[in-house]
Amino acid sequence: MKARVLIRPKQGILDPQGQTVERALPALGFEGITDVHIGRLVELEVSDPSQLEALCEKLLANTLIEDFEIQLEED
Amino acid sequence: MSLRVGVVRFPGSCDETDALDACAMVTDAELLWHGRTDLDGVDAVVVPGGFSYGDYLRPGAIARFSPVMKAVADFAAEGGPVLGICNGFQVLCEAGLLPGALLTNSGLRFLCKQVDIIVENPSTPWTAACEAGERLSIPVKHMSGRWHADEATVAQLEADGRIAFRYAPGDNPNGSTADVAGVCNEAGNVVGLMPHPEHAVDVLTGSADGLKLFASILKGGDRVGAAN
Repeated sequence: MKARVLIRPKQGILDPQGQTVERALPALGFEGITDVHIGRLVELEVSDPSQLEALCEKLLANTLIEDFEIQLEED
Repeated sequence: MSLRVGVVRFPGSCDETDALDACAMVTDAELLWHGRTDLDGVDAVVVPGGFSYGDYLRPGAIARFSPVMKAVADFAAEGGPVLGICNGFQVLCEAGLLPGALLTNSGLRFLCKQVDIIVENPSTPWTAACEAGERLSIPVKHMSGRWHADEATVAQLEADGRIAFRYAPGDNPNGSTADVAGVCNEAGNVVGLMPHPEHAVDVLTGSADGLKLFASILKGGDRVGAAN
């Protein structure tokens, strides 16, 4: 089964990447875009998706600073 | 009998020889390859700086699963003195041996500069040769040095005296919470900091203040050797 793990900086933690991208937008003519946050996307193939939660907590995300979301893609 | 300090070497470490030299200025020292499962009976461990495993995923995230880290964790749990420098600090945080996490610098730039740090807790085995409030001139060189912990954790650390080092007022280079440059664990035997004391051991290269951390290991005799 194909799975995606979305990893985001926790709310309230300074995200200088997101802020920098957001500040660059008006110069490119993009208006009205706010709350830009930059995280990570991990794509993987997994036979038993029940392991994913533990995998995220143990390795893929640092839950002190990041939230994760698991998305499964049915075949 | 002199103490022996082990300096861990991961694939991607780059400051292990400086750390080894700094330790060798005060006592015996040897390198410990990350693949070994024991610590060769050393009396103290330094987890050095660099880019272990290429900093893939997050700095320190992969290195913490190295075989040697299980031995380091056991050693730390028994009270053995462990010092994490820069990437080593990141590894110890990822391993849960130290509180908090290290994020990308607030300015999004790799920093390489001399900073002043203040010794907040001189009672750890790595700060015993320092005075409380002593100012040390030590370089930082990192991309992800912004230490972060939630408010409750920071308040607890402050109350327990577990902020080991703080950047001097106005010298916080990376946006670190509460100007924290280094912290220690609850027992005080595990210390981590972003600045590089091993690069400040000779006035020829700007400062010898960093040597005090390594010399501390000889003074902190009550804690050293507790693991053996």
